[in-house]
Amino acid sequence: MAVSIDPIHQFELQPLVSLGHIGNQQLAFTQSALYMFAAVGIIALLTIVATSGRAVVPGRLQALAETLYEFIADTVHQATGADGKRFLPLVFSLFMFVLILNLLGMIPYAFAVTSHLIVTFGLALVVILTVVIYGVAKHGTHFLGVFVPSGVPKPLLLIMVPIEIVSFLSRPISLSVRLFANILAGHIALKIFAFFVVQLLVAGAWGVLSPLPLALTIALTALEFLVAALQAYVFATLTAVYLADALHPGH
Amino acid sequence: MAEQKNPLTTPSPNADTTIVPPGSPHTHTEQPSGGHGGAFPPFESHTFLSQLIWLALAFGLLYYLMSKVALPRIEAILGERAGRLSSDLNEAQRMKAEADAAGAAYEQSLREAQVKAQAIAQETRNSLSAEADAKRKTLEAELNQRLAASEATIRARTTEAMGNVRTIAGETASAIVERLTGQAPDQASLNRALDATSAVH
Repeated sequence: MAVSIDPIHQFELQPLVSLGHIGNQQLAFTQSALYMFAAVGIIALLTIVATSGRAVVPGRLQALAETLYEFIADTVHQATGADGKRFLPLVFSLFMFVLILNLLGMIPYAFAVTSHLIVTFGLALVVILTVVIYGVAKHGTHFLGVFVPSGVPKPLLLIMVPIEIVSFLSRPISLSVRLFANILAGHIALKIFAFFVVQLLVAGAWGVLSPLPLALTIALTALEFLVAALQAYVFATLTAVYLADALHPGH
Repeated sequence: MAEQKNPLTTPSPNADTTIVPPGSPHTHTEQPSGGHGGAFPPFESHTFLSQLIWLALAFGLLYYLMSKVALPRIEAILGERAGRLSSDLNEAQRMKAEADAAGAAYEQSLREAQVKAQAIAQETRNSLSAEADAKRKTLEAELNQRLAASEATIRARTTEAMGNVRTIAGETASAIVERLTGQAPDQASLNRALDATSAVH
């Protein structure tokens, strides 16, 4: 794998199998798609293969799968109440997908799928469409109550309702941009600081300063691992919060 | 790799460097510029459809696997464990109650046995002492009887002996008087003298 000094280069899509094009859209099985399926494989390994023993006393991997399940189940339960359990597969899938893709992106030379806005936007769209479709199917026009805060005087509603509508519409944007920007910025920062080390080392006497950006790179790596897990958690939690609106529109 | 033109991110009309058919009608304005495509890869809109399709396939597969296989299984495992734990706890509770009941029953029977043993001991003691009393009384009565009989015998012998003494004294007195006077005293005066003497004693 060639190393580029360009911090943006790492986000380029490399087509592995080209599949032609539709209009100006190029279709290809890229490394991004490969990473997505790899993530699905890893998650399946963790949650299906590791639990195939159905042991009452779990092994390590089964204990990990159970811990993740209980963690997300608790999050969903706290946000949506008892009837939010039907959304557990969606929230769990989103959490695991984002988490594993973020963590895969932390492997050196690996590709961070979640650094592409269209991917995170696609995931956010899944969430918002689920909220809207389920909300309308379950509550009909009562679902519009999501835009009307309760206990607000009538004149204020003239201002509040448009604000609520804008805030609702901005949800998929904020959800997707938050994840995308965190991963993108983190990887760019890592690349830049890591490259400083190389630049200082080849700059003669300046090489004595190279441990500074190296230390920073190590610290950033730790931070990025935190961000990778945290953003997955934030994505899952916000999904659960938005889904609570679909279950109980009047708030 | 860095120098290679990327057919997705740096669309090029040159067919020799890309797998994309030449003359593909994309309207990309960026020109390949050596290092990378120049455009910011996440914003290259001509890759969006492809990414969304793969995302839908991958995430759909993941959702299917999670909702149909993984989560029901993990839930079943957790449920089974919770059930096992609570049933084990119930079993332990039941066994403890049984042990407590057995302990109480043991205590109860122990107390009953103690009471019974005390009763038996008391009864035995009573009957034994009654028997001993009876035996003692019989013995005492027998002894008293013998004592009385002995006393009666002694009295009879004494009386007999005293009677003999009178006869001997009379005979002796008569013999003495006969020797002194040469004449035996008559029986009447002898008796008078004997009566007077015994009255003095």
